This record gives sequence, structure tokens and C-alpha cells, in this order.
Amino acid sequence: MFPELNNLLNTTPDRTEQGKLTLLCDAKTDGSFLVHHFLSFYLKANCKVCFVALVQSFSHYNIVGRKLGVSLTAARECGQLVFLEGLKSSVDVFFRAQAEPHPLQFLREADAGSLQPVYEFVREALKPVEDGQAAWRYPVLLVDDLSVLLSLGLGAVAVLDFMHYCRVAVCWEQKGNIVALVHDSGDAEDEENDILLNGLSHQSHLILRAEGLATGFCRDVHGQLRILWRTPSQPAAQRDRSLTYQYKIQDKSVSFFAKGMSPAVL
Amino acid sequence: MLNIIDSFQMRPGVGGGRIHGVPPLCPEGGGSAGRDVIRGRRRRDRRGLEMESVLALGGLVLLRDSVEWEGRSLLKALIKKSALCGERVHILGCEVSEDEFREGFDASVNSRLIYHDLFRDPLNWSGEALPGGPLGALQAMCKRTDRGPVTIALDSLSWLLLHLPCPALCQALCALSQQHSRPGGSSPVEPVRVLGLLHEELHGPGPLGALSSLAQAEVTLSGTMGQASAHILSWRPQQCPARQTQWFSILPDFSLDLQGGPPLESQPHPEPHTPPVDPTAHVTFNLHLSESERAAKDSLTLPFQFSSEKQQALLRPGPRQATGRIFYEPDAYDDLDQEDPDDDLDV
Repeated sequence: MFPELNNLLNTTPDRTEQGKLTLLCDAKTDGSFLVHHFLSFYLKANCKVCFVALVQSFSHYNIVGRKLGVSLTAARECGQLVFLEGLKSSVDVFFRAQAEPHPLQFLREADAGSLQPVYEFVREALKPVEDGQAAWRYPVLLVDDLSVLLSLGLGAVAVLDFMHYCRVAVCWEQKGNIVALVHDSGDAEDEENDILLNGLSHQSHLILRAEGLATGFCRDVHGQLRILWRTPSQPAAQRDRSLTYQYKIQDKSVSFFAKGMSPAVL
Repeated sequence: MLNIIDSFQMRPGVGGGRIHGVPPLCPEGGGSAGRDVIRGRRRRDRRGLEMESVLALGGLVLLRDSVEWEGRSLLKALIKKSALCGERVHILGCEVSEDEFREGFDASVNSRLIYHDLFRDPLNWSGEALPGGPLGALQAMCKRTDRGPVTIALDSLSWLLLHLPCPALCQALCALSQQHSRPGGSSPVEPVRVLGLLHEELHGPGPLGALSSLAQAEVTLSGTMGQASAHILSWRPQQCPARQTQWFSILPDFSLDLQGGPPLESQPHPEPHTPPVDPTAHVTFNLHLSESERAAKDSLTLPFQFSSEKQQALLRPGPRQATGRIFYEPDAYDDLDQEDPDDDLDV
């Protein structure tokens, strides 16, 4: 996790809010560093994490996680991390008997219907341990990313329904958290993606939006991060609701600074 | 906004159209300025009365919000207002849980809320869905049998629009908004107010237009500098649509606090302790004039300035002073022609 980002969000692994949906989105840049941040953050916070990883392999996340101080291999072995490796298991879908349920079986269906099997997988992975001993603090669902589901033929409403049911099971029933990444297509006219992004934004408590600089690529400033706190059901609090910072991604950390205050130009 | 709130307090046939909470500005009417203000306020009140009568008829009110300016807290504030007036409020909850929706309401309000839970299992994935699914739940609200004035809140209309065909939803909304008449027909009809929360970024112009055509009023939320505003557009039969912008904020107990106008722009005042900087203090050239230089400058006559002295000098050329003379030594190749080429002109 990135300590500077924790400071900006005013949170630590020991002191987090529960029952919240955090939406990560990126526009004209790669926002996957936020996914790595939250993965290592919640593992360090001793939470049970279910990671639906659809775009990268397990070893990729493991290598980055080691730089951030967590071992995904160890977490998976001790049961803290349940990892759905989309790239590998999507191939299994085609070599299994059709009757056997598989989370990604929508890939086999002619009319891609719903993500109910993925929801069942998540609910099963994060259900509380029945012996009553809470080994982990609260469950967390991490999804990287939701836009790829649209590319795989699902509709925006189907993905929104999946997130709705995950909110019911994780945020409401178990007071856990959800973090999901959605790409913003920006100028490209992708109505389905816009519906997905706006629909999730309305349900989110925190939106982190990584944007490329409007002036183009820069060696010392890789982008800017907009943080928007929302209160979907409560009157807006008096604190700052929106902050914008620029950032630079380094080998093992990300440094944040106010706009125009990059150390390279001061 | 003031008028939507007042409409929640007034029902037709009650009182003589008196506006609550508007004290007279100057009871003695001192001065024409005071009279103009009173006249202006009465004009606004008259328009407010018209809007109240439109909203008091019932019907669909759309609350259009966006990601930045969420509308659920306003919906809850209007629900609280209805409940405190003794109305029963039915809520079709699709986006948030019942606990989260009831949070912030006190017991007197919560006792009048009836929450129809579509949040927990809207698509019957867990086997706990309401019978008939979303459309069945909506149609069941049309057939409710409770008496008295009622407000129906749809949280949210966007969710219903994404999951139901637009025509079916519009038909159900029409059926919901129709006046609920008691059996027997002799007692006056009770209007039904339907509040629909709509996330306008999620829908195209077609469905939005269809819902607008069904609506009695539309409240679009926006704001500036942290202060929310509501742009209210209401339609009355055979009259022009009425528009009003109201700045407001919602208190933690979901009471509405109406503001008079937009927040003042924060002006960039300089620090009062630092004196203004003189830009001419540190330049490398002289911008100032001494007294003698100033006198010489003021007395200087510009070359092309036509004054009476110059006019006289031109009309009566004085003795030649230092006029210029031209000395020319012709070359061998010069062809000097002494003839005046204009000699043959007869002018």
C-alpha cells in the first residue's frame, strides 16, 4: 500500500470504514496501481479478500505485492486470499463438462445472460466461517476490472446487477467493503461503459479517478488523481468533498503532491 | 423549492391560500420602496400559489440528480415532510437497504414509512424476491387499499427504467399517479404524489423525455461552491411551464434549509496588513519628472498642433530666417531643362 495515499484518504489498515463501495476509474492512463494499493492495504488490515482478477495473472499481482510488502502466495495458502484468476480459468470453462458450474460459464453461453455464477462464487468465498472464530476482520471484494466484462459480451445492466448483489452480500450483510476498477472510455462513444461507470458512481461512497495529464505525457508527473467522497444516503458532510492531486509512480511507492508542486519543477 | 415544501403542508380545500411563514415587510407600508418590495413579494407569492396548486394536484415529480449532486437526501427530506403532515409514505427501495434508507429519520417519521424491499433480491437469485418481480411490486402499489393522502417514493426510477421496458414503466406510473377515488364516489378524491429519483446520466433522451411528459414537475439538482440548488420546472394544464431556482441545504436530520440566493463569490482580497506594491519602485529607468522638466514639457508646442500663432506665421511669412537653401552641382550627364513643363497650361 502507499502510505501517502492513506494520508490523503485519511485511513490506515487499523482504522477503516466498513460497508463501503470504492470505485476506481482511470481515463487516458493506467489506474492499476490503485488496485495494487487496495489489495495490499486490505491484506495488511487482516481482512478476508476475494480477488476477481480478470486482466492479469496471479504472478503479476504477486510480484507487485511483494514490492508493497505482502505475499499473495502466503495469503492464499492460509486462506486469507481467494483468487479467481480469470485468464487461466477461462480456458478451463471450455474443457469442463458443461453441467459442472463454473464462475465464468457465461463465456460459453450464446446469449450472455447474467453473472450469477460469479456472484455465487464470491458469496461462497466470503461467507463467514461457521465455527464462530473470526480469523479475519471483515470481507473485502476486489474486482479488476469490470470493463473487460463488457468486452466479453455482457451488458452494462448485467454487470450492474452483479455489483448490486455483491453489495447486498458483502457490504450490507457482512459489513465488508468492495473495490472495483472501471475504465473510462473518455471521448470514445461507449454508451454501455458510460452507463456502467455512472451507475456505479451513484452507488459509491468513494471515487478515485486517475487521469492522464491534459497536456500529455510527462516524465516526472504521471497523472492526476481526483478523490470524490460521496454520501449516497446521508446529507453531504461539511468536509472537503473533492480533492485533486498529481502523482508519480516509482518502483515501490507512489508520491502525491499538489498540482504544479512536483519536486522536479520546484 | 419553498413551494414544493409548502405544497406538502397544504392540501386543496384547506385554508384560504395563505402562505406560511411570510411576515409582512412593513405593516405600515412606509415609503414607495417598501411598497414595491411588498408588491414584488406578493407577485412571487402569487406565482408560488400557482405552483402550490399544481403540486397539490398530485402526480409525478421527478428528482433528477447527478453523481456530483446526489438527490437521495432531498428525496428523504421530502418524505419526512410528508410523513410529518400525517401522510403515509410507501417507498419502493431498489438501490439501498431499508436500514440505510431509514437512517437519520426519527421514530415518528419511521412509523409512517412502509418500505417495499426490492434491494435484497430484485432478480430472485437468492429466492427471496418480492412476488412478480420489480413490475409486480410496482403494480401492487397501485392496488393498495389504504385510505388517506399518500406519497409514493421510487428509489430509484433509474433502476426501474434499466430493468423494465419503458412503456410498461410509463403505464405503471400513469396508473400510480391517477387520483385514488374511494369506493362510493361521493367523497372527494385524494391526490397521490409520486416522487421518482432519476439519475439523469444513465438514460438517453428518449426515456427521459417520456418520463418528463408524464411528470407534473421536475426538480433538477445542481449547485456551485458546495451549495446545492434545485431548478424546478412545473407544468400546469394549458399554461406555460413555470421555472424557479431555489438554493438549499439539507440538515443532518433531513430538514430542508432554504437559502435566499447563491453563495457569495469569495473575492481575492489582498492581505490587509501588506501595503500595495509600487510597480515603479525598482525599474532601471526614470519614470518621474522634476518641476523644470514638467514645465518645459507643458510649454512645448507639438509640431503638428495647429494654433493661432502658427496660422499667423503661415499667412504672413516673416523675414527669412534660417531657411534651407539647396546647392546643386550638376554632373556632366545631367540634362537640365529650364522650361517649366506647366507653361502650356492655361490655368
